Amino acid sequence: MAVDTASSGQRIPVPPHRDTLARRGSITLSAHPRLRLTLMLSAPLLWLGLIYIVALAALLITALWTVDSFTGTITRSWTLDNIITVLTGSLYQTVTVRTVGVALLVTLIDILVALPIAFFMAKVASPRWQRILVIAVLMPLWASYLVKAYAWRSVLSQNGIFEWLVAPFGGQSPGYGLPATVITLAYLWLPYVILPIYAGLERVPDSLLEASGDLGGKTWATLCLVVLPMIWPAIIAGSIFSFSLSLGDYITVNIVGGANQMLGNLVYTNVGAANNLPLAAAIALIPIVIIFGYLAVVRRTGALENL
Amino acid sequence: MTHLSARRTRIRSSILTGLAIASVALLTACGTGGDTGTGGAERSEAPTELAENEDTVSILAWPGYVEDGGNDPSVDWVSAFEEETGCMVTSKTYGTSDEAFNLMKTGEYDVVAASGDASLRLVAAGDVAPVNTDLIPNYEGIYDFLKMQDWNSVDGVAYGIPHGYGANLLMYNTDAVTPAPTSWDVVFDESSQYAGKVTAYDSPIYIADAAMYLMTHQPDLGIENPYSLDETQLAAAVDLLKAQRENIGEYWSDYLKSIQAFETGDTVVGTTWQVIRNSLAEGTPAEVVLPEEGVTGWSDTWMVASGAQSPNCAYAWLNYIASPEANAQATEYFGEAPSNQGACDFTVNPDQCEIFHAGDEEYASQIWYWSTPIEDCLDGRTDVKCTDYSDWTTAWQEIKG
Repeated sequence: MAVDTASSGQRIPVPPHRDTLARRGSITLSAHPRLRLTLMLSAPLLWLGLIYIVALAALLITALWTVDSFTGTITRSWTLDNIITVLTGSLYQTVTVRTVGVALLVTLIDILVALPIAFFMAKVASPRWQRILVIAVLMPLWASYLVKAYAWRSVLSQNGIFEWLVAPFGGQSPGYGLPATVITLAYLWLPYVILPIYAGLERVPDSLLEASGDLGGKTWATLCLVVLPMIWPAIIAGSIFSFSLSLGDYITVNIVGGANQMLGNLVYTNVGAANNLPLAAAIALIPIVIIFGYLAVVRRTGALENL
Repeated sequence: MTHLSARRTRIRSSILTGLAIASVALLTACGTGGDTGTGGAERSEAPTELAENEDTVSILAWPGYVEDGGNDPSVDWVSAFEEETGCMVTSKTYGTSDEAFNLMKTGEYDVVAASGDASLRLVAAGDVAPVNTDLIPNYEGIYDFLKMQDWNSVDGVAYGIPHGYGANLLMYNTDAVTPAPTSWDVVFDESSQYAGKVTAYDSPIYIADAAMYLMTHQPDLGIENPYSLDETQLAAAVDLLKAQRENIGEYWSDYLKSIQAFETGDTVVGTTWQVIRNSLAEGTPAEVVLPEEGVTGWSDTWMVASGAQSPNCAYAWLNYIASPEANAQATEYFGEAPSNQGACDFTVNPDQCEIFHAGDEEYASQIWYWSTPIEDCLDGRTDVKCTDYSDWTTAWQEIKG
C-alpha cells in the first residue's frame, strides 16, 4: 500500500499574514474594546446628539427670543413673553385641550379596534392566515399619508361613499370637522397599534390560556386576569405611537378637520403665515411637555420595564 | 454591581455634559454670527445701467405666473424668454404672501412677484431693491393708474413693475343660495342660513374683508380704509368674524381645496378668485358676483431682490413679463386683469380684458388692494395708532380658535 506521505504527514504551515493596514487596524481594535465601542457608537450618538438634543435645545432657546413685527427679523434678546403668552392665552388653552382630547380619543379607538384584531391574528388564525393578516395590516403603510388623508376627504364628503352607505339607514356623513379628524387619524395610526399588541400576544403562551380554562376560568376572566396583564406593556407601547403621532399632527386636520385647528396648525401658521418663529417654538414646547408627562405616568405603571 | 451602574451613570452624565457644552457653543456661534436684526436694513441703490445677462435667474411667484410648459405643454412663456435672453429660469411658487415674505429672507431669489400685503414689508426689511424703470422699455405701456402706487413705491421711489390685478369675489352655489346674493351679508350677518357650508380665505388679511363690510353696515365705526383699523375697529371686525366662524365649514388657502369643496357641495358660499371659478368642473352650479359693498383684491408687483445674484437677468425678466404678449399670457392664465394696455390684443379669449375690467379705472378704484397694515394709519389719521400685521395675525388665530 502506497501511502501519499505528503498528504497524511505533517501539515503545510499557514503562510504568515502580510502586514497590511487593514490587519493592523483590526489588531488594534481587537486589543482595545473601548475604541471599538467608540467607533461603533459615535455615528448614532452624533445623530442623536446633533439632530435631537441640540434641536430641542435650539427650540427652547428660540422660544426666548422675539421677532420684529414689520421686518420679520428675529431679535435675539432674552424674554419670557412667548412662554407667558402660550401659558396664559385662552386660545392656546382651548387648542391644547382640543388636541389632547383628539389624541386620547384616537388612542382609545385604536386600542379597542386593535385588541380583537391582534388577538385573532395571534391566537386564532392559522399560520397561513396569520401571514396574510400581517401583510394586510402593513399594506396601508405602503401608501403615502397624504393620499390616505385625501381619500378620507372624499369618503367623508357630502357626496362621498360614507354618506351613500349610511343614507339608507337614516344616517349622514359627519362632514368635515373633529369627528372626521378622529376617524382619519384612528385609521392612519391603527397599524402602529396593532403590531405591538400582536407581538405582545404572540409572547403569551397558549398553555396559560389552557391552564386558565382547566381551572374553570371563563373567557372573560381569562382575558382580564391572564392575557391583559401580560400584554399591558404592548398596549402602552401602541398607545405611545398613536398618542404622540396624533398630538403633533396638523395635515390631517387641515384636510378633513374643517375650520378646526390643533397645536400643529398653530406652530405651522406661526412659522409660515405669521413668521413668528419664537412663538412657534414656545407653542411646540406644549406637546413636548405633554409627551414627557405621558411617559412619566407610563413609567410609574412599570410598563416601560417590560417592553 | 452598584459600582458598575454608578460608573455607567457617570459616563452617561459626562456624555450629556459634553453634548450640552457643544450645543451651547454652537448656538453662541450662531447668535454672534448673524446681525442682531434691528430691522430697516440698509437701502440699496437702483442700477443706472445694465450689463451683459448672466446665465440664470431665480424667480419666486404665485402659482401660474411663471409657466414653462411643465404643468400644461400649451402654457409656456418662459421658454421664449430663455431663448431671447439666454437667462435660464428656475422658479418656485408660494401660497400666501407670508410664505413669499419668508422665502425672500433666504436670499435665493433674484425676482419676486409680490402682492401689496408683502411688498411694503419686503421693502422695509431691505429684501428688495429700488427699480430703475428707465431701464425697462415696456414700463411705458403700463396703465398709469397702476404706476407709483402705495404698494409698489416708497417716498417716490419705484420698487417694482405692476403685473396684474384682480378682486376677491363672492362665489355661491346657484342651487343652494337663492335668490342670487348681491351683498356679502350671506357670509356675515346671514351666514347661519348656510351653517357649516361657508368658506373664507385662511389668512389674517381676510380681516380686511370684514372691515370693508362694516364700512357699509356699521358706518358709525368710522372705518375709512379696511387696512387701517384702530383697536376698536379691529375688535368689531374680529367679533364679526368670530360670529362667522360658527358657520364656517372650512377655511381655504390652497385654491385646489376650494375648487374641490365647491364641486362636491361641501361649500356653498364664500370668498373666491376668478381663477377658481374658471377651474370648476363643467356643470358645477356656481357663479361669482361682485357684491355691493365692494371687494378686496390684489395688485401684484415684480420686484428685484436687493442681493440678486443675476440683476441683469432680473431686469430682463421684468421687461419681458411687462411686454404685451407675455403679460397677456400670464394674467389670462391666472385670471386677472393685465397691467399692460397692449396686452388686451394678445389674449386668447378676445373678451378677457372685458371680463376682468382691464384698464377700467373706475372698477379698479372699487377694489381695496391688499396692503400691509402698519402702526401709522394708512388713512391719514394721526391721533390714534393703528393695529399692525402682527396684531392681525394674533387676532386671526383667535378667530379660528
